[in-house]
Amino acid sequence: MRFMDRNRLALGSLVRAPLRTAMMLLATAIGVAAVVTLTALGEAARLYVTDEFRSLGTHLLVVIPGRNETTGGGPPMVAGASPRDLTLDDARALVRSASIERIAPVIVGEATASVGSLQRTVQVMGTTADFRTIRGWRMAGGEFLPNVDLERETPVCVVGALIGSELYRGESPVGQWLRVGDRRCRVTGVLAPQGTSVMVDADQLVLMPVAMAQALFNAPGLFRILVQARDRDAMAGAIRYVTATLRDRHRGTEDFTIITQDAVLQTFDGILGTLTRALAGIAAVSLAVAGVLIMNVMLVAVSQRTQEIGLLKALGARRSQVIGLFLYEAFYLALFGALAGLAIAAVVLAILAQLYPDFRFMPPVWAVAGAVLLATGCGMLFGILPARRAARLDPVAALARR
Amino acid sequence: MPLPSATEPGRPGPLIRLEGLTRLFSVGDQEVRALDGVDLAIGAGEYLSLMGPSGSGKSTLLNVLGLLDRPTAGEYWLDGQATSGMSDDRLADTRQREIGFVFQFFHLVPRLTAAENVELPMLLGGVPPAERRERARQALSGVGLGRRIDHRPAQLSGGERQRVAIARSVVMRPKILLADEPTGNLDSASGAEVIRIVEALRDQGLTLVVVTHDPAIGGRAGRRLRMRDGRIVEDARG
Repeated sequence: MRFMDRNRLALGSLVRAPLRTAMMLLATAIGVAAVVTLTALGEAARLYVTDEFRSLGTHLLVVIPGRNETTGGGPPMVAGASPRDLTLDDARALVRSASIERIAPVIVGEATASVGSLQRTVQVMGTTADFRTIRGWRMAGGEFLPNVDLERETPVCVVGALIGSELYRGESPVGQWLRVGDRRCRVTGVLAPQGTSVMVDADQLVLMPVAMAQALFNAPGLFRILVQARDRDAMAGAIRYVTATLRDRHRGTEDFTIITQDAVLQTFDGILGTLTRALAGIAAVSLAVAGVLIMNVMLVAVSQRTQEIGLLKALGARRSQVIGLFLYEAFYLALFGALAGLAIAAVVLAILAQLYPDFRFMPPVWAVAGAVLLATGCGMLFGILPARRAARLDPVAALARR
Repeated sequence: MPLPSATEPGRPGPLIRLEGLTRLFSVGDQEVRALDGVDLAIGAGEYLSLMGPSGSGKSTLLNVLGLLDRPTAGEYWLDGQATSGMSDDRLADTRQREIGFVFQFFHLVPRLTAAENVELPMLLGGVPPAERRERARQALSGVGLGRRIDHRPAQLSGGERQRVAIARSVVMRPKILLADEPTGNLDSASGAEVIRIVEALRDQGLTLVVVTHDPAIGGRAGRRLRMRDGRIVEDARG
């Protein structure tokens, strides 16, 4: 039988049973639309998070105290226990490499900030002038922290946009005093509204020189050291230098962890990629369900068209030809259903894109291709049983059926 | 009695030869002998009628002759070839090329036009579309339906439908035409027209076997078989 003839026969019988055809198309379409929409959601989440991390700035290293690693032998160590703090001297030692552009030590804590009778709890971050350059934060007014020696407890601070407006009641905070814990500092600048970025709400932050924060919290250890390499190519050299220098300074123990932005990005990328694939898997179940439905309806079609099958056999149709006809029907049903599903998904994603403009709703190519392939594959697979049943019909009995 | 081999050179055997043909059906726990050791030879171009009461085995015999059904025992030589060893595909191909069927209930595909119904066997046989259309048109003209080729079965009368079925049965130019009660569902005028067409085809060399209840139709055949209880009880000629 010729290819076009088989197509025409298969399509013809689909057109002649519009309700049956529409039902199966719908089932497949829902499955495909589910796969494409859900993976697009997962992908949007992944892109959102990775964009967030990119906003940290490129070629960034973060050194954190402690080493999260289990070692064989001995009693189990407490995870993350840090035998030795990172100190300001450690931080200062890192500046001497040609691979490293600038560093910023960071101390973080909570304190009560007050202006007159108004007070509230704030996040306090002790750091240096370079921090702003590394993070690329903008100022709404005034100056960021002064570029002074790390040990200097200069009593100045910079406030986030929300702190500024809440504690100073619309007046400009620049040049005013702010009490933080048991210290006083003069506000030299206000941050422009930044929003939350990588779990730090810059708008509710008070920044001060690192030495002052150390005194405020009475803790010599640093929370982090941000290290900016000269460029991307200098990353490897910077990591080597940081590792070697700190290990030397810590008497040969590597009791710190270096996180590169790439590694963080890859981790999140991996987690969210897995999530997306899991969503795809769940949605794929609906495709399998659609396949079962196709099988069911095809079985009904076979019994409805028993006489026609008997006739085809009497006219000399081979077993393989009868199987081919029904498989083609199943294939076309699944294919058209899949295309309809893509159309539905496109509409749903367009609506979502209107509602959540921050997210990029783009289904991954593998999900689109996979959904269509899986749908047609399922359709054909579940079409085999009905097709074989049709081909095995006894022509005499089939023709005699009224 | 040993029969001469049909493949023996220089001695053309009959077109159809049956020997000890038996067909058993199990109905519940009973065995029904629809055919009980039938021996029969039919020469090319013969015109046979097959009569007998219901359940006498005439339809089963017709189905076996048409390779739609396989005998339980015995052998069926078609054109000198033993059919018992043929594969399903071989049987299908043989049906397609050698045998035409006409049924009591026409068995046209309702969604296809008259021409498309006639094209079906050629479509299964892979005949190119242009040739197919032309041959279908000719076949329909041959049964007097040249102006009805684009009608669907629902738009045709019973007699016209049976004529479409006849056109379909001969469009592959088979050697044998098997008709199972071809007039059983028609009024007498349409029935007479159908018989006239079938007999005209026979005059062109087709071997014709007609199963019928109607003695008037059965009596027209040159060779008249009567069956009872799965056996041929009468074989009249002339």
